[in-house]
Amino acid sequence: MIQEKLVAKFGDQVSQFATSYGMLSFESPKEMNLKVLQYLYDEPSLGFTFLTDICAVNYPDQKGAELVVVYHLHNLKENIRLRYSVSTSLENTDVYTATKLFESANWMERETYDFFGINFVGHPNLKRILNVDEMDYFPLRKEFPLEDQTRIDKDDEMFGRG
Amino acid sequence: MEHNHITLPEGSIEKTTTTLNIGPTHPATHGVFQNIMEVDGERIVSSDQTVGYIHRAFEKLAERRPLYQITPITDRLNYCSSPINNMGWHITCERFLNIETPKRVDYLRVIIMELARISDHLICNSIVGVDTGAYTGFLYVMQYRELIYEIYEEICGSRLTTNIGRIGGFERNFSNTAFTKLEKFLNEYPKVLKEFENLFTRNRIFMERTQGTGGISAERAMNYGFTGPNLRAAGVDYDVRVHQPYSSYQDFNFTVPVGSTGDNYDRFLVRNAEMWESISIIRQAYEKVQAFKGTDAEVYHADVPEYYLPKKEDVYTKMEALIWHFKIIMGEIDLPKGQIYSPVEGGNGELGFYLISDGGRTPFRLHFRRPCFIYYQAYPELIKGGMLSDAVVTMSSLNLIAGELDA
Repeated sequence: MIQEKLVAKFGDQVSQFATSYGMLSFESPKEMNLKVLQYLYDEPSLGFTFLTDICAVNYPDQKGAELVVVYHLHNLKENIRLRYSVSTSLENTDVYTATKLFESANWMERETYDFFGINFVGHPNLKRILNVDEMDYFPLRKEFPLEDQTRIDKDDEMFGRG
Repeated sequence: MEHNHITLPEGSIEKTTTTLNIGPTHPATHGVFQNIMEVDGERIVSSDQTVGYIHRAFEKLAERRPLYQITPITDRLNYCSSPINNMGWHITCERFLNIETPKRVDYLRVIIMELARISDHLICNSIVGVDTGAYTGFLYVMQYRELIYEIYEEICGSRLTTNIGRIGGFERNFSNTAFTKLEKFLNEYPKVLKEFENLFTRNRIFMERTQGTGGISAERAMNYGFTGPNLRAAGVDYDVRVHQPYSSYQDFNFTVPVGSTGDNYDRFLVRNAEMWESISIIRQAYEKVQAFKGTDAEVYHADVPEYYLPKKEDVYTKMEALIWHFKIIMGEIDLPKGQIYSPVEGGNGELGFYLISDGGRTPFRLHFRRPCFIYYQAYPELIKGGMLSDAVVTMSSLNLIAGELDA
């Protein structure tokens, strides 16, 4: 039902419909994100007026679509959840902000920027939130691996590695 | 002779407001939060929050840990009700791996989760009391949180950061002492909660301090992503336990208390009412647990050898158990591919786990939806135009937990 409405409205701009663990998910080009979110919000029969979560995922192997921004939306009246994602490349990480639609998007987008470097265009206060301002990289990207626990070049007797 | 004059910043002379810094560590903040407030006398004109002082990169850490090693990380989110986080994580894993848990496990989990909810609300409400000048309630109820912690201790051996339960069930069956302690709690606590309510609910000073301060409308609260008691205080009856039942919550009778104004007083009342509901749920669950007889009463985990550690004596005597033990401990079990978003009703709102697996041994990505991170951004709006002392009460009645906020 939701899928039909979205396809009727946006045609082949929305794609990759799938249901996993009872939740419908789909994708669209990143330029469409505000139009899709606004439609989901405004259309009375859809009513996805509650933004549960925004986060990002880094897939280093998807060339040109390395970063994916995931929105989890909730229709509280009908109790339906929805997952919507847009992908962007590492070179141009611009994605339109959802802060005009949802106040809650403000910090969630700041967090996403902080960890993945997604540049939310139009965000009122896009700066780091959990990490220090001086940080010059985006730590949750896959290019920053955690320390290899088997490394032996550290002389660190106090912490049991010596 | 040279005169050293103090040079003031531009615009200082004409400025009629004062900049006041509260935090990061301050007796009034109950956690590591910084607020820089612009005050006109005692009225707040605007405020700016800084968070992240205890950020520990949990999402990154989780990317190289097998599922069972992520449980202790979830302890440190909302540490006032860490069993709910632990269970929420186990339930996420079980949903993801399609593990069916026995009913007895579900009911035992409900007991633990509701105890955790009581201890969470208890802290929050009594701290609201402290911030309005009534220390007695706080000191009085601490003793009964202690009873809850003793029950945890009997089951998992620890008190605050519990790491309670395993994927598929519990690490051991509940001992008789645990049930005795639970009975003791169920006998003693309602009287205390009644007294606690008598102290505050119709207390004139408390009412005047909390009514009409820090209020928010239902529309704004939803737009700000409020969940849990804070959203219900604004009049929206959204509760994950009802909307998306987990751990057999559909088998229980309880009501979802709601407020109307979303102010500090309503939040207090909703939390108190929820504690009564929690007591009732625990009683129902305990009855259901006691109804299991014979071998059914010995069930405390699902049969999932890939994720649930075998018994220690089997590890020493049986080859297969030894292999599973090794594989689980070393994290050598490949997860299925897929992604899941699984929420539970945490102490202060909808706690969600967004787990993505690419078929490896650790999550490809794990994101925590932390309720108080999301609703804390409404704080400047809640306190704007109010008194400075009310801002302190508002902060504590939002039930902000720094560990969860900063993840």
